Amino acid sequence: MLEQFDALLLARLQFAFTVSFHFIFPSFSIGLASYLAVLEGLWLWTGREVYLRLFKYWVKIFALAFGMGVVSGIVMSYQFGTNWSVFSDRAGPVIGPLMAYEVLTAFFLEAGFLGVMLFGMNRVGRALHYTATLAVAVGTFISAFWILSVNSWMHTPTGYAFNEVGQFVPLDWWTIIFNPSFPYRLMHTVMAAYLTTALVVGAVGAFHLLRDRINEGARVMFTMAIGMIAVAAPVQIFLGDQHGLNTLEHQPIKIMAMEGHFESHPDGAPLVLFGLPNEAEGKVDYAVSVPKLSSLILKHSLDAPLDGLDTVPREEWPPVAVVFWSFRIMVGLGMLMLLLGATGVVAYFRGGLYHWRPLHYLALAMGPAGFIAVIAGWVTTEVGRQPYTVYGMLRTADSVSPLEAPAVAASLLMFIVIYFTVFSVGTFYILKLMGHAPYTGEPGPEREIGPHRAAGITPAPAVSPERTIGGRSSEVRT
Amino acid sequence: MIELDLTVVWAFVIAFAVFAYVVMDGFDLGIGILFPLFPGGRERDSAINSVAPVWDGNETWLVLGGGGLMAAFPLAYAIILPALYAPLIAMLLGLILRGVAFEFRWRDPAHRPWWDFSFTLGSIVATLAQGITLGALLQGITVEGRSYAGGWWDWLTPFSVLVGVSLVIGYALLGATWLIMKSEDRLQEHCYRLARILGPLLVACIVLVSLFTPFLSEAYYRNWFSFPRVLFAAQVPLLVAIGAVVFFVALARRWEYWPFLSTLALFALGLIGLGVSMFPYVIPGAVTIWDAASPAKSQLFMLVGASVLIPIILIYTGYSYWVFRGKTGHEGYH
Repeated sequence: MLEQFDALLLARLQFAFTVSFHFIFPSFSIGLASYLAVLEGLWLWTGREVYLRLFKYWVKIFALAFGMGVVSGIVMSYQFGTNWSVFSDRAGPVIGPLMAYEVLTAFFLEAGFLGVMLFGMNRVGRALHYTATLAVAVGTFISAFWILSVNSWMHTPTGYAFNEVGQFVPLDWWTIIFNPSFPYRLMHTVMAAYLTTALVVGAVGAFHLLRDRINEGARVMFTMAIGMIAVAAPVQIFLGDQHGLNTLEHQPIKIMAMEGHFESHPDGAPLVLFGLPNEAEGKVDYAVSVPKLSSLILKHSLDAPLDGLDTVPREEWPPVAVVFWSFRIMVGLGMLMLLLGATGVVAYFRGGLYHWRPLHYLALAMGPAGFIAVIAGWVTTEVGRQPYTVYGMLRTADSVSPLEAPAVAASLLMFIVIYFTVFSVGTFYILKLMGHAPYTGEPGPEREIGPHRAAGITPAPAVSPERTIGGRSSEVRT
Repeated sequence: MIELDLTVVWAFVIAFAVFAYVVMDGFDLGIGILFPLFPGGRERDSAINSVAPVWDGNETWLVLGGGGLMAAFPLAYAIILPALYAPLIAMLLGLILRGVAFEFRWRDPAHRPWWDFSFTLGSIVATLAQGITLGALLQGITVEGRSYAGGWWDWLTPFSVLVGVSLVIGYALLGATWLIMKSEDRLQEHCYRLARILGPLLVACIVLVSLFTPFLSEAYYRNWFSFPRVLFAAQVPLLVAIGAVVFFVALARRWEYWPFLSTLALFALGLIGLGVSMFPYVIPGAVTIWDAASPAKSQLFMLVGASVLIPIILIYTGYSYWVFRGKTGHEGYH
């Protein structure tokens, strides 16, 4: 019995670890792919060299982030079977086809056109190259569409029945794909990816403005990023609120945990700002709260009653403290993003976007905020779904593979060692690329990778390998 | 009736995904396996450049194989993956180590030997693990009810290791013959020499595995030698012999394309042989494709998409290969 529990806990840790690490890369590359499409589009439209320069600057970073996203993603597609085999057997007939569609409509599209996008700018002409860039950007979005549909179905399962062996079997695909939480989760997550990217671009722009406030590339990217943050942060807060109301409707227990509502409040629930959830005693210690505000937010009425966790058996509770804190981290960072956007707008209208150093320091500090908020939000929703994998229908404890604890412990250890080594180094290489300011004549896709008969035409010996895209051209063709 | 048809169709779709994966990622893993044999600098750069624009798409077929198995045969997915836990995790970690090396080795010339080592190590581990997975599956898996009921070291047997080593040799040969097509001069010479060693080794491995397999279980023996199946089954070893002859003639006459194509033909025949042994079981002796099949509604929904999308995918994948056609440039690197 104890061994069983250990294997379950280890399997959960392993999934949480690998999915959190993986999520970092797509949450950046979804936004970055679109940003690259915008940059290339602006370049084709206006002919301004600075847009091409920025495209080449960011596409090198994209190549690294995307590569890490791919390899960590292959792991995810096998983790369902290796560690959650009962879940795969039961839910496979419903979620399997959606994931197969993700592979067919998104992964192949991205992978097929990535090579052309990275290395093919001179070889295929502008229109085709732009098509490749758009295909990659659209591919990242389609991928998000399918996988979030799967994930949402696990939160709000609809359109299914059970067969005689206990499998979920599809009744209506439309109802399955567009399950009740899907539109909200999709919009909230994709907007999070855009915000994450905007924050990174803004931080890189700010970093270079702090060192050289007339660098044109840094100015353009900083302006674009601040503009995006100013628009996206408030929109995201609105979308998050809508997503929360949807969760209240379909997963009220998750909201109770997020709010720290152990007790029911028949005439208006307080908004707990901070405090220490005490699950053993069923209360929040040292709570700082605003009376009736939670009812106002969730029910749009000061005196609306809200049930608490006391109405729910304990075996249905998610880990309250984790959900409570991760939610506050996400919301807190969201408010700081709003502040950054608002400060940027004020600075813009006072003519100081490139000269007001406190703004640059703020933007720089907020660079990683998107990643932290994305992971915190993910933890909120996924831990909040516990103790179920398919909400209300299939318990996590009943979903796990019949593996021995040492097998899972050994694999978890290997994942931790290899992920930290490989992805830390990759992140370091990305930071190194970001440390260079974008400059005129930024080399990129037109100086290409090897398999090319027309080699030797471009005089490339003066270009150092690390400055070319993928660094290949000078290696191969000088 | 329609359910039966769909299930067989899906068995073929997944077999196709596996074959497409072997065709495309086989040479690309093979280059990783052979990497330390190439001197640093020009030969290594040309070798890795010949796969850099396409490796990501190649590996997507592996994801389709896994995802397709979950969707069309969820029970098989749910039994096979925990049974082969250790080799599959090793494969995934190997694919990470080699996948990142493509970008990282260009980003950090000072530590390039490290990433080249990571590229080779990851390629060997991933290939060995794939072969062991296949061997262990052929050998049989302990099933109870709807789940795996064996231990976490059951996969390790002399037979599974034999299949693992055979696959390493096979992918290495695919890598060498791919580079015969894609390279010139010294690297090409080097690959001709390697192919002359690896070719006979692979043939020996195929013979060994083929001799071993019918004696793993009575069902396999029957599937190969019972009348009238033997009439069809006997064609497979015959074609293997023809393929091997074509390979050696092509190598001797220095035809650039045929060594790769005939090696691929050997792999295709191996897969057909696997089908002869196993069909209609997906887990030998325990679970047939019909036992494991998801409902017709799931299989049909996917088939609509797959029949439209797979041809489109093949077209734009072909386009991407075409854009990067020709010999990998290394000229001018004097």
